[in-house]
Amino acid sequence: MKNAERINSLSDLSLGSACQIVSLELSGLLRRRILDLGIVPGTLIRSIRRGPSGDPTAYLVRGTLIALRSEDASQILVRKLSNGEECV
Amino acid sequence: MCAMSSSRNLSEAYGQAEYVRKAYRNSFSDQIVADIYGNAEQITKHVLSSKGRHRIGFDQIIDNLVTSKWFGYPLMILLLVGVFWITIEGANIPSGLLASVLFAFQDQLTLGFQWLGAPDWVHGVLVLGVYRTLAWVVSVMLPPMAIFFPLFTLLEDSGYLPRIAFNLDHIFKKAKACGKQSLTMCMGFGCNAAGVTSCRIIDSPRERLIAILTNNFVPCNGRFPTLIAITSIFIGGAIASYSGIINALVISGMILLGIAVTLTVSWLLSITILKGEPSSLVLELPSYRRPKIGAVIYRSVIDRTLFVLRRAIIIAAPAGAVIWILANIYIGELSILSTVAHTLNPLGKLIGLDGFILMAFILGLPANEIVMPILIMSYLSTGSLQDFASLEELRNVLVSNGWTWLTAVNVMLFSLLHWPCATTLLTTYKETGSKKWTFLSFLIPTLIGFSACFILTQVVRMLGLA
Repeated sequence: MKNAERINSLSDLSLGSACQIVSLELSGLLRRRILDLGIVPGTLIRSIRRGPSGDPTAYLVRGTLIALRSEDASQILVRKLSNGEECV
Repeated sequence: MCAMSSSRNLSEAYGQAEYVRKAYRNSFSDQIVADIYGNAEQITKHVLSSKGRHRIGFDQIIDNLVTSKWFGYPLMILLLVGVFWITIEGANIPSGLLASVLFAFQDQLTLGFQWLGAPDWVHGVLVLGVYRTLAWVVSVMLPPMAIFFPLFTLLEDSGYLPRIAFNLDHIFKKAKACGKQSLTMCMGFGCNAAGVTSCRIIDSPRERLIAILTNNFVPCNGRFPTLIAITSIFIGGAIASYSGIINALVISGMILLGIAVTLTVSWLLSITILKGEPSSLVLELPSYRRPKIGAVIYRSVIDRTLFVLRRAIIIAAPAGAVIWILANIYIGELSILSTVAHTLNPLGKLIGLDGFILMAFILGLPANEIVMPILIMSYLSTGSLQDFASLEELRNVLVSNGWTWLTAVNVMLFSLLHWPCATTLLTTYKETGSKKWTFLSFLIPTLIGFSACFILTQVVRMLGLA
């Protein structure tokens, strides 16, 4: 993967910026829930807002706002979008 | 021989299939889901033209406010106080009106019974027992419910409730519980049995149990009227000019206390019998919608208000009859009711209540709505007062039975922190399928209620304040 250095976890995504899901390092029920919501490899996702105390964070994905705790988001790997790529 | 080899082949094939499945587990299923979504996306692009951008912008503006660092929490508290202020102020006048109409009708009923020449005990059971309890339950419960439920349904419909869960999640995470518990607590405001059922939205079994066991710390609609009546009489009434807002603040304070107890108990359960780390939270924050007024009125009045009122009436009618009979059958000098109350009195006094109050809470097990009617009927059957149509008269009844501000506070505390009603216990049994957890859901609030009232009473008495 040529952009290996640009792979981070979703929880590190700064507010307002968008990225693309690379892989889900989750397991069990949570993994299925996340897949069910359409958060699959290749999906574009944008972080929108944080809760009053900084956690959880709400992400915009496929037109829906979904809140995740930072522990869970840190197990979702994402790739930053380079300029010119389609945005969410 | 042949059977053996084929079964070996089968198990070999199964082993290989397992091996392949494990090796490709996630990437393979991910690929399937991604393909399904890819297809769906293509279809959507063809058939849907969206103007969702505006909605998202509008949502953003509201969310910026309701989930903001500075305004998020104060807004929630303001909303809580506001809802109760409207409920209390709005319920005041219709409550009084209903009471005077219903109690005036009681006098007509009495005349009717006399005209028919019915025996005294028939009049007693049906009019003084059944009718009077029903009149009380309807006049005190119906107006606050008819105001609270539409307000609550409005909030629910608008999409605000998930924002509460979003705001409070980190606090629940600290208590090692799930943020969605705040949603099940919201349902508990309407009815704890409904609250317990709604705990199904919590995925983790451990966190679901915690939410079920603590749901009772949110005062349900059967307990509001008790709380509202007592604050109105003893606390708001003392500061007449702002009584509405003071009452709303007191009720909100009680609810905040209930939330604090919920969090503490959740945390204690998480480090003892329900050990575990907080699991995940996946919470959808839906778009705000303009509530459909017709749907709100229908759902809140038919599904909620009338449903809860019906349940209360079904339980209150026979309870009224039973209480009247118990109050009028004498063993020696005292009625059965008074005998029981006198037996309970030492325990009641220890926690700042009295025997009658404790008995009313015990007899109120089928439904919290009937605690106050039972209490008043027990007091009336022993005292000389015969009517209680207004709060002022109610105050006289209570004060002449030795109530002080401390009794009032203790009754409110005990109402907030005591065993769940029978319906809630039954629902808990259905949801958990376990007698042990059902018993615990009874034991935990009961122990906390007794301890809280005991400590408060002893401290206040030691300081000589009451």
